[in-house]
Amino acid sequence: MPAQIPAVDYLVLGNEPHLQVWRCDDCSAAYFDRRNGCARCFGTAFTRQPVASEGVVRAFTRVERGAKEPFTSVVVDLGEGVHVKANLRGVDDPNLITPDFKVRMFTYVVGTDDEGTEAVAFAFEPVGS
Amino acid sequence: MSNNVWVIGTSMTRFGRFGEKDLMDLAVEATSGALKDADLDLGQIGLLALGNVYETNSHHGQRLQNQMGQTGIPVYNVVNACATGATAVRVAMMSILAGETDLGLAVGVEQMGKMGLIGGSKRRDEKKVYTPKGRYGSVVKTEGTFGTNLMPGVFAQAGTEYALQHGVTQTQFAKVAHKNHLHSTLNPLAQYQKEFSLEEILAAEVIAWPNTLPMCCPTGDGAAAVILCSDAKLATLDPDVRRRAVKVSASVLTSDPYVDGGQVQADINTLTRNAAAQAYEKAGVGPADLDLVELHDCFATAELLHYDNLGLCEPGGAGEFIDSGAPYRDGRIPVNVSGGLLSKGHPLGATGVANIYEIVTHLRGEAGARQIEGAKVGLAHVIGLASACGVHILEKRA
Ligand SMILES: [Zn+2]
Repeated sequence: MPAQIPAVDYLVLGNEPHLQVWRCDDCSAAYFDRRNGCARCFGTAFTRQPVASEGVVRAFTRVERGAKEPFTSVVVDLGEGVHVKANLRGVDDPNLITPDFKVRMFTYVVGTDDEGTEAVAFAFEPVGS
Repeated sequence: MSNNVWVIGTSMTRFGRFGEKDLMDLAVEATSGALKDADLDLGQIGLLALGNVYETNSHHGQRLQNQMGQTGIPVYNVVNACATGATAVRVAMMSILAGETDLGLAVGVEQMGKMGLIGGSKRRDEKKVYTPKGRYGSVVKTEGTFGTNLMPGVFAQAGTEYALQHGVTQTQFAKVAHKNHLHSTLNPLAQYQKEFSLEEILAAEVIAWPNTLPMCCPTGDGAAAVILCSDAKLATLDPDVRRRAVKVSASVLTSDPYVDGGQVQADINTLTRNAAAQAYEKAGVGPADLDLVELHDCFATAELLHYDNLGLCEPGGAGEFIDSGAPYRDGRIPVNVSGGLLSKGHPLGATGVANIYEIVTHLRGEAGARQIEGAKVGLAHVIGLASACGVHILEKRA
């Protein structure tokens, strides 16, 4: 099996791939990026924490212009104050996305570099698909 | 004596694509027009704030003086995303309120030409080895892999978030574009003056669903200028300048307060709501008092949200509001009678000054064929991502 690397550092690979956030130790605001401080409470201490892999679509669009291939972009509410932006696979018609639309994260190989290392990205798919 | 600030001169160029002109040609045209409108010359102006986004490191304020007249006054080169023009106006306003000058000039100008939505292709002459980069430790291009963060997609997602909560349809979003393109047919300064049927708008190329091409603002060139004046100075000016003066009842600038998820998907609502609340309180007026509104319809989805954010409709009722015809020019609260960004155009730095130009022109009763009769109070709103929101409330002189 070729070596793999997560396409972003908030994706944890392994037997149960999942996303992780930096949680503010003081107010528990959640962030995906490396932080200098908390935008909500000005705290500076953070702890890594895994987050849910299922959630509800909060916002969406189908990008037709400006992309190599049209794709569906969603903002998913994973609960506990965590929202993530990602692609949604398996829904090409945006009219099918309705309130309380449940989705689940999955991972896939998005590319391979010149040393044969695979980059693994994540996306979402409808629950039940 | 009260501490009011007044608009005594304003002008804008036509918006469009002017490849034969440069940034200074456009800025000079708007500035000269505003000076003439106020019956002043540049020597009387005590401060210049110049708003521009794409050439902001070129000291364009001083370049304007270089072309028009170097008087040694303080110059502020301002950039603040799509709120750049409104921020320039606010800089002039604050300087007058601080007592540093009696007459301030704010100019917004932009030359975008036919900028595309997509960047150029990358060079590929090095060995590719995945190396985590940046604050997300990413090894691949994130746009299109982890959703979209380009403007059309961001504002589309802002719209569908509202739609999922309040049941708005694509047709209701499209009506915004129908209205604004229709309004623009009466505005000779608009980049486009072409009416589209609702069917044409819905059948047009999808850019980022639910927005089709006529539901997205064009890129373009243009400039606008306003001259602000203190109470004390106004009293000394010609009666005709005094008669046409328009009061700045509120000038507010906000940025994003923290909200959960706001760093993942731009929240265009909270800072607009905060700016509106502050502006209404400061001006002592409410949404029901407004005779016209110029708001930031960079995409049709955005305008609908701002009906709600500015309190023009019932909470959650933006879809019904457009269905009722209320924001059409013959409706209860005309919105974007200039044609809005969708049709008048959106040369970034000029936009926030041009919407003040539009309101002032109606309050003076000088808007010609598109005049909203008897307009006494108007609101101008802009929002730029990252984010900055400017709201100005303007009132006809009592
Ligand atoms: Zn915190």
